[in-house]
Amino acid sequence: MAGQTLYDKLWSRHLVKERDDGTALIYIDRHLLHEVTSPQAFEGLRLAGRKPWRLDTNLATPDHNVPTTLKERAEGNAGIVDPVSRIQVETLDDNCTSFGIEEFRINDARQGIVHVVGPEQGATQPGMTVVCGDSHTATHGAFGALAHGIGTSEVEHVLATQCLIQHKMKNLQVRVEGELGLGVTAKDIVLAVIGKIGTAGGTGYAIEFAGSAIRELSMEGRMTICNMAIEAGARVGLVAVDDTTIEYLRRRPFAPSEKYLDAAVADWRELVSDADAAFDKVVELDAAAIEPQVTWGTSPEMVAGVGAQVPDPAAAGDETVQQGVSRALEYMGLQVGQQITDIQLDKVFIGSCTNSRIEDLREASRVAKGRKVADTIQLAMVVPGSGLVKRQAEEEGLDKIFLEAGFEWREPGCSMCLAMNADKLGTGEHCASTSNRNFEGRQGYGGRTHLVSPAMAAAAAIAGHFVDVRDFGAGRAANDDSQVQEA
Amino acid sequence: MRQFDRHQGLVAPMDRANVDTDLIIPKQFLKSIKRTGFGPNLFDELRYLDEGYPGQDVANRPLNPDFVLNQSRYQGASVLLARRNFGCGSSREHAPWALEDFGFRVIIAPSFADIFYNNAFKNGLLLITFDEATVDRLFQEAEAEEGYRLDVDLESQQVITPHGETLTFEVDSFRKQCLLEGLDDIGLTLKDGDAIADFEQRHRQARPWLFRQAG
Ligand code: SF4
Repeated sequence: MAGQTLYDKLWSRHLVKERDDGTALIYIDRHLLHEVTSPQAFEGLRLAGRKPWRLDTNLATPDHNVPTTLKERAEGNAGIVDPVSRIQVETLDDNCTSFGIEEFRINDARQGIVHVVGPEQGATQPGMTVVCGDSHTATHGAFGALAHGIGTSEVEHVLATQCLIQHKMKNLQVRVEGELGLGVTAKDIVLAVIGKIGTAGGTGYAIEFAGSAIRELSMEGRMTICNMAIEAGARVGLVAVDDTTIEYLRRRPFAPSEKYLDAAVADWRELVSDADAAFDKVVELDAAAIEPQVTWGTSPEMVAGVGAQVPDPAAAGDETVQQGVSRALEYMGLQVGQQITDIQLDKVFIGSCTNSRIEDLREASRVAKGRKVADTIQLAMVVPGSGLVKRQAEEEGLDKIFLEAGFEWREPGCSMCLAMNADKLGTGEHCASTSNRNFEGRQGYGGRTHLVSPAMAAAAAIAGHFVDVRDFGAGRAANDDSQVQEA
Repeated sequence: MRQFDRHQGLVAPMDRANVDTDLIIPKQFLKSIKRTGFGPNLFDELRYLDEGYPGQDVANRPLNPDFVLNQSRYQGASVLLARRNFGCGSSREHAPWALEDFGFRVIIAPSFADIFYNNAFKNGLLLITFDEATVDRLFQEAEAEEGYRLDVDLESQQVITPHGETLTFEVDSFRKQCLLEGLDDIGLTLKDGDAIADFEQRHRQARPWLFRQAG
């Protein structure tokens, strides 16, 4: 018999029951909650007179609606200017209090984007099933956990039963072998993968990211990659457990205590695909061939290397694809054949659950150090993923580097990733963003989003337009780099 | 959950691939803590020429005359014909809430995104997948013939066109049963409460660190 994939192992570890109709009941170990997708679930519980099945599995934090300026944050929930947003955050607080769920509230140092907070606390562990009413829950798969987003009805289902009704997914392996070029990062890998397989390429699959280039990544880099599995259509992204995973988890607040640590580590080491495991599909990429990526359209698959030109719709796939490309170019205000590096920017956003961890901020700060944001950029903002990321960045002096370069240094939250709070793009504005979605209107009505890595975003802020971060001496601090003057 | 057995309705063709849930219901409307009332803001950025915000009276907003749902011949449509990868992106269940609230009962497309597919069924929407060629043909017919209606029968898994053509579709038996009977799946799962409790006990013994109070 062929061996098992990592996904198969995680599935069978949590299988409560298989039903005759082909569905399965899967047990959930960790449930993360935020303010946007939970209120209707709590209301449903109340209406049905149900209680949460198990309390210690849940962890909540507000993230989507929270303001990111110090002045507003100083006032706690009262500082949320939009009353509708404020009610949503207050509703989460009330629900957590009345149901007895642990919550990191708006001004708790541990508050942050739920997908940054879970791993940082050690609340996400290898071998767990992790769910959250948010599609970027795929992030947690970086730990060898079976993690995926769910809808609000399922949030209610998990609260009430600790289980989900699931169909088993198929297995897709994405192998990235070889060494990344200097200045090329995890974000570029995942954008290149989406460019290759498309936004529906992973539909119905759990994607395991494997190969030497993935093994070399830090946990932050692996999270960036799994985070965007959903942008390739896959609800689940996975990376096998290794020393990097185990080291990351040591001494985190929710991590196993001393008493259980050895047993847990031994158990975690099994969380790899067997050498003879069969995948339904395998996709391979050569890491050395990946350029820094920039999206030019309104879907993450509309992506190209920074050295490329805006494509011609006529050269794209079938009629449906061609229409999509034409519409995207019109929305984005771009010309066929225009150099990506000629796209002028208005705003720059470094943050989101894709790229707001300490390593991301370090990467961006290396590019920003000793340089200045271009005069033509109206706003360049750095939004750490959590209060603890912010604190660590400040201990390392990264805040000063950003502030001296002319970036704004903000309080943690989702911020301009989806612009539910006050941070948003104006109509027609181009933004270099380290987030994960460039859909129409995502970052503000009529806003134009280009997805890039933190280093590319920082370089774009300095230049005022996209530049190849490799020409910027990425990975090294800039002293006086003639590229900057020229830019 | 709302029951679904058979539905006859006017078809609106939305000729656009990769319609994401941000497009179905933009984020500013996710601030509501209710499940209802999203219909007026379904496809907000496509339907109206101005920027929408929650709590506004949509009656005075300028409509985009080019958008399919604004055309008089599609008023009252309850069957949405869509292109590949419909519902991709965010997991927001507000997307099916908005579609349902607007009056849609059935969506037909060559493919759907996973999370959206799941969410839709939980809200009484029937999602039907046909191959690209069939969907293409339905697009042509719906665009050519005013008042084009489809008759959708879940029990026999058939769609009947105005020309009497019968198209058979697949749907898994669990989802089908839930829709036909309007079942509450939490109640169903809780019938397996003992199996869950047994599993939980074994799980706790095998891996106590997954339970916080285990220390
Ligand atoms: S940062 Fe963006 S993608 Fe991530 S959870 Fe927040 S809104 Fe969603």
